[in-house]
Amino acid sequence: MALQTKITRNSGFRLFLQSVIGRAYPRIIGTQRDLAWLFFDIFLPFISMVAYVFIYRALKAPEEYIGFVVLGSAMTAYWLNILWAMSSQLYWEKETGNLALYVISPASMMAILFGMASGGLFATTVRALFILIIGNWLFQVSYTITSFWALFLVFILTMVALYGLGMMLSSLFLLFNREAWHTANLLQAPVMLFSGFYFPVKVFNFWIAAAASLIPLTLGMDAIRQLVFPSGALLGFLTVKVELIVLAVLSVVFLAGAYFTLRWMEKLAIRYGRITDRLG
Amino acid sequence: MFAVETEALSRIYKIKKTRKEPAHTLVALDNVNLTVNQGELFGLLGPNGAGKTTLIKVLTTLLAPSSGVARVNGLDVARQPEDIRRQINMVSGGETSGYGLLTVRENLWMFTQFYGIPSKQANARIMELLKIVGLEDRANTKSSNLSTGLRQKMNIVRGFMTDPTVLFLDEPTLGLDVGAARDVRRFVRQWVNEDRRRTLLLTTHYMVEAEEMCDRVAIINQGKILACDTPQRLKASLSTEGVFSIQVSALDEVDFEDLKQIAGLRQGTLKQIEGGAQLELVLADDSVLASLINFLTAKGSQITTLHKREATLEDVFISLVGKSMKDVENGSPD
Repeated sequence: MALQTKITRNSGFRLFLQSVIGRAYPRIIGTQRDLAWLFFDIFLPFISMVAYVFIYRALKAPEEYIGFVVLGSAMTAYWLNILWAMSSQLYWEKETGNLALYVISPASMMAILFGMASGGLFATTVRALFILIIGNWLFQVSYTITSFWALFLVFILTMVALYGLGMMLSSLFLLFNREAWHTANLLQAPVMLFSGFYFPVKVFNFWIAAAASLIPLTLGMDAIRQLVFPSGALLGFLTVKVELIVLAVLSVVFLAGAYFTLRWMEKLAIRYGRITDRLG
Repeated sequence: MFAVETEALSRIYKIKKTRKEPAHTLVALDNVNLTVNQGELFGLLGPNGAGKTTLIKVLTTLLAPSSGVARVNGLDVARQPEDIRRQINMVSGGETSGYGLLTVRENLWMFTQFYGIPSKQANARIMELLKIVGLEDRANTKSSNLSTGLRQKMNIVRGFMTDPTVLFLDEPTLGLDVGAARDVRRFVRQWVNEDRRRTLLLTTHYMVEAEEMCDRVAIINQGKILACDTPQRLKASLSTEGVFSIQVSALDEVDFEDLKQIAGLRQGTLKQIEGGAQLELVLADDSVLASLINFLTAKGSQITTLHKREATLEDVFISLVGKSMKDVENGSPD
């Protein structure tokens, strides 16, 4: 039975990269294999998008508000992904036994989390694009992009900060076990309200809007609106430049936070036996 | 250098059922001293809850020891976990790892990436191992569509794929049918024999599995190692005593407790069967039989069959613990 195939092993950055790709793979391939997302992640958000559009039309709101709703609906997909597929992911990985296998492998847990995040980002972008395309086609939304590169930078920084937050939360959720489920439920609706998914966050007073800005989507969406709608700048909470700086700071803070909470979680989980719950 | 070494290793869990209730402690490992040589297929035999899985968790760096030291290939689990992780792998019985929407090959490929194995080599190794375990034709089947036995074969392949020098198998044949369990045992034995630098630590609560596969076996119960030797020597430790299987027309638990008071009766178990009761007794020597027969006659119980047999690991376990492994698992009183 002597094995004929000899194997070698990479280490360092190549191992890190392989681990990221390996963990991203199930999420990317899942988009093709499990088509239930077309109903749950496209059709259901689409219904709530239509409801908001009709509300704005009934109120005779400026036509750009329809664009706000379509854009907000697309961005909702990212928040739901952060809550349900990113934050609570390590908890579910523990339940299935994958977490123990990740921990005993030479891969760094940070690489595993990056893999989850990048796979989730890819899959969610597909969903968000679907919503955006259907919404634009149905409601004839028009965009006037003032700076493509600024728009690109805002989107990238928003995603880095957002998925950094998701990576940080996943470690915390693992430690809180079952409470994680309730926390995710608790965070879903209030954040959708205060981050201004369907309206400009400027309608709140400064301090509420500032507090809501801790969720990167708040400033990300605000900046995107300013860059793609003519009246966006008038309705913007802060200038795009300031929002870019805050998003860059949030990116660094959340990624560093993810690194340190992950180390802390791993240490505590190994000390208290929370990576696997089975006693034997 | 030992492949595995523990010195006064203990692991204590603090368990709280509710927030208000004070925590109580559960000693999962109690002062465990153990050495496993390189190239050895070593078995940890004990009932469910004996501490086998906890020991594996400590050795695979998933759980910190409460006190004492554990080393794998000379590396301390508490201080050098990253170095240990490059050299080990683990497979647990009944595990549901991987992702159901991925095929067998994709799941296995994913895990090779966490070990830095280049994809080309990984794919070739995967196909080679799948062929060996007879899973080649399922390479492109989604793992959610596999039966328990086939899924466990996939898990076994995952464990062997990375060429670990120390492999931990935690109840690898749990839930498998007889044929699949036999295939797994044969494969495991061959893997160790092939290269004497490979070490395998296996936990099981199947006596036959331990007896058939392992070079040495440690019997563990309530977190303590009770005995550790080759299966032959462990059984030989009972050779001066006599192991008897006796069927009687009738015997209840109360009378059995009285029977256990007979001088020279070391250990015994009673099982009610159709038309009577089955006794498995370890006697100090054959002369104790006379007292035994007198006792049964006095109780009006007739002996229907009696034979002296070779000791098994189950008998060793009974002689050490005082009850069968099944009774321990069922929590029957001492």
